[in-house]
Amino acid sequence: MSFEILTYSFMHRALIAGIAIAILCSVVGLFLVLRRYSLFGDAIAHSSFGGVAVGLLAGIYPLWTAYVVSIVSALVITRVKDRFNISGDASIAVLLSSGIAVGLVIIGLSGGFTLDIFSFLFGSILLVSVDDVILILALTGGILIVVLLLFRELLYSTFNEEQAKVSGIPVEKINYLIVFMAGLTVVTSIQLVGVLLISALFVIPNVSAIMYGKGFKQTAIISISFSIFSVVAGILISYIFDITPAGTIVLLSIGLLAGTMGIKSTGLLSKN
Amino acid sequence: MLKAVEIKNLSVKYPDVKALDDVSFEVNEGDFLGIIGPNGAGKSTLFASMLNLHTDYEGTIKFFGQDIRKSKNYLKQIGYVPQKPIFEKNFPVTVKDVVRMGLQNESDADRIDEILQQLWIHELGNRRIGELSGGQQQRVFIAKALVHKPKLLILDEPVTGIDQQSIELFYSILRELNSKQNITIIWSSHDLDAVNQLANHVACLNRTLFFHGESEDFFSNDELVKQYSEASMQEHMHHH
Repeated sequence: MSFEILTYSFMHRALIAGIAIAILCSVVGLFLVLRRYSLFGDAIAHSSFGGVAVGLLAGIYPLWTAYVVSIVSALVITRVKDRFNISGDASIAVLLSSGIAVGLVIIGLSGGFTLDIFSFLFGSILLVSVDDVILILALTGGILIVVLLLFRELLYSTFNEEQAKVSGIPVEKINYLIVFMAGLTVVTSIQLVGVLLISALFVIPNVSAIMYGKGFKQTAIISISFSIFSVVAGILISYIFDITPAGTIVLLSIGLLAGTMGIKSTGLLSKN
Repeated sequence: MLKAVEIKNLSVKYPDVKALDDVSFEVNEGDFLGIIGPNGAGKSTLFASMLNLHTDYEGTIKFFGQDIRKSKNYLKQIGYVPQKPIFEKNFPVTVKDVVRMGLQNESDADRIDEILQQLWIHELGNRRIGELSGGQQQRVFIAKALVHKPKLLILDEPVTGIDQQSIELFYSILRELNSKQNITIIWSSHDLDAVNQLANHVACLNRTLFFHGESEDFFSNDELVKQYSEASMQEHMHHH
């Protein structure tokens, strides 16, 4: 086997975009997992299906409408959830199914799908353009800066809302910020693993990392490392063996989770 | 004497019940106030109103002379220890991470070690919070409440479900904070003996305030103590 594949420029683009998305999903996903919002990424991804359909019908680049529709619907559902006291899992179910429903109806109205639905459902990381890479890097940089600047607020309100409020942290605003960042992250990441597997990137590396019993920053670093490894190895392996990258990435990260569980069951992780 | 807290005609109505009815009292700087009252007496509602968690109240609440409806800056001067902090057992934060949350300015990071030493938990600094015993966790939350050097500490029945040894240690910490560091303390408790030993003022709450004054005046008045004990006993029986 040669290293020739590392010389292809499409492979460079895929790896750069993949690593950025891996970092982004780990960081944003850690807050979602700890808030028991693991499936929220999935719900946003499904609502982006409606967004893509809107773009196709209106003749606008579908990714832009996917951003708008996903973020707006995620913020609206969060507001509705708080206002009417709906539980988190039920609100996720509402968001998830309404996105698909909107998409299906619009596709029906526009007389069928012209977009490659397969790449939307399962990602198409090897097809990312230079413009896509620039957008992905800019969003990753922007979101990471916001997370670093508001780190205490984000962590504290995730740990205990009531105490965060007593410390003067604007908890509601922080909640909306997390939803907003999750919306941006999900739509950006669809190109990597597609709508159906997006929550794997949000959830699996974080579930593994939490098991190591470390503090917050170390947990985030473990999660990011696992995520980058899965994405890079997944892209390379899938290209070499001509299999789907999305599935390979997710299976590798499940492998790391299984390995972590194996180490944990031997008792090696129970103490610091 | 500077007033740490002034509460005037505070009333809170919930749809089916009046939780607080025309409560007024003041706390001077340096006071150690024990708030006692049976379950459902409105202690938690009182604290929620004071701490910006419940804003739908009548009357005025002032901290250090400032109406809390007008400015939330007072929260920076307060440390709050809740009854039983709720968090996921495997939440990935160490003791130091939790204490750091209480710090408003990251540049004061040296304070974290200092406060951990003061509360005898410095050797636990890198342990996950969920691995600790109830008494140790409580000390971590006290450390978090104190790390930013508040002028006032508010504690809501903070010994629920904690072993006797930890309770003793906790009481001695409170005494030291109040007498040596001059931190004003407002503390709600079920433990009359402890209130008698520690607090210099007592407020007796049962939706209305039926006593507020020096501890000695309360505990030397058998009639008041009996009234209180009966009220809480009835409540206790009611609960079972």
